[in-house]
Amino acid sequence: MIELRVNGVARKFDGDPDMPMLWYLRDELGLTGTKFGCGMGLCGACTIHVDGSAARSCQTSVQNAAGKNITTIEGLSKNHAHPVQKAWKEGNVPQCGYCQSGQIMQAAALLKQKPKPTDHDIDEAMSGNICRCGTYQRIRAAIKVAAGVKA
Amino acid sequence: MSAVKRIDPVSRRGFLGTVFSAGALVLGAPLFVAKDALGAEVNPGGGTWFPSVYLGVQPSGDVIIVAHRSEMGTGIRTALPMVAADELDVEWSKVHIEQALGDKKYGSQNTDGSTSIRSFYDPLRIAGATAKAMLIGAAAAKWKVPATQCKAANGYVTHGNSKASYGELASSAAQQPVPKPETLTFKTRAEYRYIGKGVPITDLDELVSGRGIFGQDAKMPGMVYASIEHPPVVGGKVKSADDSETLKVRGVKQTVEIERYTGTYGFQPLGGVAVIADNTWAAMQGRKKLKIDWDLGPNATYNSESFRAELTAAARKPSKVARDVGDVDKAFAGAAKTHEAEYYTPLLAHAAMEPPAAVAEFKNGKVEVWTCTQNPQAVQDTVAAAVGIKPEDVACHVTLLGGGFGRKSKPDYAAEAAVLSKKVGKPVKVVWTREDDVQFDFYHSTAALYMKAAVDATGKPIAWLQRSVFPPIFSTFDSKTTYGDLEMTMGWNDVPFDIPNHRAENGPATPPVRIGWMRSVANVYHAFAVQSFLDELAAAANRDRVEYYLDVLGPNRIVELGPSFAETAKQYPLDTARLRRVVETVADKAGWASKKSSPGHGYGFAAHWSFLTYVAAVVEVKVDAEGKVSIPRVDIALDTGKVIYPDRVRSQFEGAAVFGTSIAMMGEITAKDGRIQQSNFNNYPVARMPEAPFETHVHIVESDAPPAGVGEPGVPVMAPAISNAIFAATGKRIRELPIRRTKLV
Repeated sequence: MIELRVNGVARKFDGDPDMPMLWYLRDELGLTGTKFGCGMGLCGACTIHVDGSAARSCQTSVQNAAGKNITTIEGLSKNHAHPVQKAWKEGNVPQCGYCQSGQIMQAAALLKQKPKPTDHDIDEAMSGNICRCGTYQRIRAAIKVAAGVKA
Repeated sequence: MSAVKRIDPVSRRGFLGTVFSAGALVLGAPLFVAKDALGAEVNPGGGTWFPSVYLGVQPSGDVIIVAHRSEMGTGIRTALPMVAADELDVEWSKVHIEQALGDKKYGSQNTDGSTSIRSFYDPLRIAGATAKAMLIGAAAAKWKVPATQCKAANGYVTHGNSKASYGELASSAAQQPVPKPETLTFKTRAEYRYIGKGVPITDLDELVSGRGIFGQDAKMPGMVYASIEHPPVVGGKVKSADDSETLKVRGVKQTVEIERYTGTYGFQPLGGVAVIADNTWAAMQGRKKLKIDWDLGPNATYNSESFRAELTAAARKPSKVARDVGDVDKAFAGAAKTHEAEYYTPLLAHAAMEPPAAVAEFKNGKVEVWTCTQNPQAVQDTVAAAVGIKPEDVACHVTLLGGGFGRKSKPDYAAEAAVLSKKVGKPVKVVWTREDDVQFDFYHSTAALYMKAAVDATGKPIAWLQRSVFPPIFSTFDSKTTYGDLEMTMGWNDVPFDIPNHRAENGPATPPVRIGWMRSVANVYHAFAVQSFLDELAAAANRDRVEYYLDVLGPNRIVELGPSFAETAKQYPLDTARLRRVVETVADKAGWASKKSSPGHGYGFAAHWSFLTYVAAVVEVKVDAEGKVSIPRVDIALDTGKVIYPDRVRSQFEGAAVFGTSIAMMGEITAKDGRIQQSNFNNYPVARMPEAPFETHVHIVESDAPPAGVGEPGVPVMAPAISNAIFAATGKRIRELPIRRTKLV
């Protein structure tokens, strides 16, 4: 039996310990805000926080998450009021929106580490998150708004 | 309501029939005969338009607008309702948007071809204005005053001190005669609250909080999950399958064979073996343990390198004439100076962020399906054919789409879910992996293009020959099709240059894979060839690219296009004055006159008309010592006629700059022995943040012309503009895509 916390709630899992967190979250817990994009850690759509750091849930097995605090997009904030979410709304950032959960989780983790990121920091942190609609310019601007740095 | 309640998060996108309360005023889009929810004929006007969009005013005063087009990121679920809400004049917070099911009564729902605003702007403004007129009529009758003395604004009708809300008036308004469209008054530009301004996108809050429901997120109670091993070569079949190891995987329930399509593939399933399991992961794991012996079929000889050689050889031969002006052969024969070039572009995969997915239940001879589709009526037709029922017995619920780009117009995955549900006796969710998506796409076609021009002493073309060879899209529906008539209308027969001798040709090609349409379609390779070749001619003449373009474009005029453009040309003639204006605008905004290219740092230009929208771009590139390309800035000017939602026009063109960068720099699908060699984002790269243009400046040229396409026309200019900028920076001419194939240092 694997024990972990997801968005503050204690969970127990006795299924395949190798199951990626992505599928545990989506299929077992119904937390579908974490998206499936590639299954290989290449696109970032499935980004979650494991003990506060960004991680690809498709590459994190449930057993590797044992005892950890997991945060998904659903648990990032109350009333979607995380500064990153607010900045995203202000900039009308999403197009199709599918990658945006992962983008927001990645950006939130970046700002936790580097509250005032440079363009280079943003490139480094966000280059693992693909947006096929091409919202990168607005993502960059929204991160700067959330960080309170000049665009 | 029962069918809707089963899927809680999606329930607000319910059936039309469950949307409206009793006593609601329900209006169909005008100019058709239909019954409203009360059984009254809502549009006795008749006419040729089909029912499309429904607008309702609830007794509560809430306004419900049914979105019948699919939302894949363009903002259409917001833009069309804005139009109706503006004419109705109602507070945006009162507007609720319901997603329509697939149903032929709406007319075409195929969200494709950049047509949503173009086709439905008028129907929606008429719907809004009609509703307002009927509410005024109801108030006037109630107060016994002339309707012309009543005013309607912000959800209320007023007359002197009398005031009634739209909600109070709704049920009596439903009894009012429906005014003829020609009697309606529409708002002026100055009176608009939303049109030309905008509101936050409808799904914004859902999308930043992970609550938006996409096809991959759809659920039905009691459903099982399926992952499908398709034949590795299109047209292959299962000879035999051993699932003994698969069935040992924890969570796997069974395997089911899906039959291959019959006849031409169309949207039918590819066939293969499905692994049915308790969860997606188990299905995927079980699939890896399948041992299948395949009959690979006739496409197993397909190799993209040799196929390229065939296309290129075909492009060197005279072929079917698609457009012929003057006498090109005679002009070439007498020419002092000619220039020729060959271009090549590869197959491309759409690779929307959301891989295809569908959940379907076959029950009592009917199917209910939830899926990310651009084309719910094609889902009805395809599913019905696959399981042997009538299209009207397929209820297709449209989720949000995690990108579409044309792939999700083709619902093979929805048919798979229905076929499996019928066999398994439960709702089945089919989840395509990224590998499935990349390897079993309906690919954007590969093309070989041959260009030849004769020029005068100033370097201006006096004769121009362009020849395009590609496996055509129509082969998807008729395998004998080898010429692309549709593709000729996309950046080929509509080249607007002022050249006295001009011939466009199309050579034949037989498709070795499923060919489909991808964002901006044939315009991608046609604009690449035409706009690159023009840059070559300008370079040979040592002339400024913008000045040269405008010279070749010639005097302001309406370009005579062939019969295939006749329908659109009535309302949307190709007007070179508008093209000139976007070129001048982008040159001005980008500071073209003051920008001088230098080694490693170049500026490129391209312009193109597609989806009835005029576009010009200036791209700045840097090429470092290792030949690595970066794009600091893109300026893109457009004239798309009347703009409904400026922010979403900007976002579409910002996105097109990135999508076009992926096509230009890195996108390529290849095949060996019929098998696609790419599988995921590691070997089918798309632009990431550092590779995308650092900043894209979108310049909207104001226009009162009818609204044109927005989603696609930003893409075609990118590959040639980037290529031309690289030439300016390095002297290396790009003649094939992706650019990463060309060594730059």
